[in-house]
Amino acid sequence: MTSRHSLAGAHIGVAIAAFGLASAMGVLQALSIADIDFPQRSDLLYYISVTAHGVLMALVFTTFFIMGLGYVFAQETLGRIRGRVVAWLAFVLGLAGSAIAAYTILAGQSTVLYTFYPPLQAHPLFYIGATLLVVASWIWGGVMIASYCSWRRENPGVPVPLAIHGMLANIIIWYLATAALAAEVVGMLIPWSLGIVKTVDPLLARTLFWWFGHPLVYFWLIPAYVLWYTVLPHVAGGRLFSDRLARMVFILFVLLSVPVGFHHQFADPGISAGWKLAHTVTTYAVLYPSLVTAFTIIASLEVAGRMKGAGGLFNWIARLPWGDPFFASVALAMIAFVFGGFGGAINAAYAMNTMVHNTAWIQGHFHVTLGTTVALTFMGATYWLLPRITRRELRFPFLARIQPYLWFLGIALFSTSYHIAGLRGLPRRVYTASLSGENAAPWHSLTRVAAVGAVVLFLSSLSFLIVVLATWWTGRRTEALAFQFALPLRPVTSLSIWDRFGLWTVLAVILVIAAYGYPILSLMSHPRYGSPGFKPF
Amino acid sequence: MNVEFYEKIWMWVASALLVVFLGAIFLMAGLHAVEPPSHIETLDPEALSAHPEFGNPAVKIQPDGSVVVSVVAQMFSFSPDPIEVPANRPVTFRITSADVIHGFEVVGTNANAMAIPGYVSQFTLTFRQPGEYLVACNEYCGLAHHRMVGKLVVKKEAP
Repeated sequence: MTSRHSLAGAHIGVAIAAFGLASAMGVLQALSIADIDFPQRSDLLYYISVTAHGVLMALVFTTFFIMGLGYVFAQETLGRIRGRVVAWLAFVLGLAGSAIAAYTILAGQSTVLYTFYPPLQAHPLFYIGATLLVVASWIWGGVMIASYCSWRRENPGVPVPLAIHGMLANIIIWYLATAALAAEVVGMLIPWSLGIVKTVDPLLARTLFWWFGHPLVYFWLIPAYVLWYTVLPHVAGGRLFSDRLARMVFILFVLLSVPVGFHHQFADPGISAGWKLAHTVTTYAVLYPSLVTAFTIIASLEVAGRMKGAGGLFNWIARLPWGDPFFASVALAMIAFVFGGFGGAINAAYAMNTMVHNTAWIQGHFHVTLGTTVALTFMGATYWLLPRITRRELRFPFLARIQPYLWFLGIALFSTSYHIAGLRGLPRRVYTASLSGENAAPWHSLTRVAAVGAVVLFLSSLSFLIVVLATWWTGRRTEALAFQFALPLRPVTSLSIWDRFGLWTVLAVILVIAAYGYPILSLMSHPRYGSPGFKPF
Repeated sequence: MNVEFYEKIWMWVASALLVVFLGAIFLMAGLHAVEPPSHIETLDPEALSAHPEFGNPAVKIQPDGSVVVSVVAQMFSFSPDPIEVPANRPVTFRITSADVIHGFEVVGTNANAMAIPGYVSQFTLTFRQPGEYLVACNEYCGLAHHRMVGKLVVKKEAP
């Protein structure tokens, strides 16, 4: 590994290790739900593994990958990372926190799922470990901002490279979101799990969790969008269709991705229908930047096809590099997001949510969104990053070429089945779809199809891991490969309203206060009775 | 901002799509009060057994003929079980939890709400189809979560 990219390499290495471990657990869960027996299958191990899968995939894999990607962008587009020593300390802190939390999960002391809703009570070290990971990510955000400020002093009046623009937007969202998480975990759950306070209010904790929990999905998605905007058009052989609109898209996410959390709490008591409706409006509004992204990216790909000589209405699609593992991963991730996005619109549809709330539909939904749109983009990005940060040739390129298609096939079987099973009423996260033994008919065969899909997904994960490990350890050494970013069709040379991060941050804070201030105050003004902790695991 | 013609059209189409989606939601909420369960009422989860209503959760027929069902969810069952209600009459469910968070889902119907300790979830439904329905907990609540099921019986009303 080149020393310039050792920070990024370390972060991405941890991310991929977490991903590998979590994938193996994922396939066992799908088999268990479908009632396919295997040695050591038990409800105890099932719920431990659901917790570990969620924490490792949703928190460890994503956060470490995004931090690593941020460092690559800072190094390659700004030419600097300010505060490398601090960045390494943060890495150690995040890794230690993740390891501590993971240990308490695997030891069976924190089977509370990745949402850790109280009054389910985990081991105190679970909360403390998770907090360390978040603190590490805060330091990473600080290093990224310091690198940007240093670059800005040398380059006044020039728009920042688009990749950094997107990452800065993401960091602002992350600070706005994790403030609520810190309030929940540090202010409520850690003292409660240590016995310093006897009870906590479960609804207040849930509300703070989802203040964090929905922007969390944008924290994952925005780095994927950055790759789509800044790397994909270049790999496809084209140009970015519109640079300025991309900047607008990232700013709209800063404004709209936080004040939306009540759409996860439609079925909760204690929050009025009017405020739930208000969050429905912001939730639909945040679909808008994704719809704009769909146009810009597809237009950029059309430019690529036309630059390669396509003349017809649709034959530019055939001219795209479908055999390139990065391109194929991202293209398939985008196709998955058509279903993910419209599925999300259904989840957010206020009263219609009652059809799907907490059913297997939701499992189907976030495996096309996080599990494919984000994860497949990150896997594809790894094929692009790895030769560049390790200066080694990709091993087993054939495996890398088929891996994204295998993933897409797996997710099509898995998520389609769970979407339908959910509509038929299958509750999510159950050890067996037979529940207590009866009434399993309307969904049982679907869980079998999902299990086949999960096996295909696991084969795809294995292929990915083989390529990554073989490249890292035995790949043939090469000359330094350039990191090339997509050129815009019309370059932007001057600053615009979309570059004013300070202004947008202030507006975002105002929106968050407007969306949460009154409902939380009103929640706290009722006579409230807390709950003591329970450990039914 | 210099935006391409076709992109401008798309941006308007995207906006219109969202307005249509939201319009449908507002229309249903405004005209027919189609809303998620959003009742606000608190109680002490550690004193449920002494609570006048939830101390002995049951189905009660109100003087006006409507039906109120009080449900306590606990690890790992629902009380009462089975829940027996008449068809074609409004049934108001009032649900709370005695311990951790549970879900109350009547499979194949629109009954789907969270049972949160310290709070009462409430919603009203009319069942048209007599028969037996599965009640399932749909929020992880411990190692026997999948076994936490109950039964709802919708009875044909005597003519």
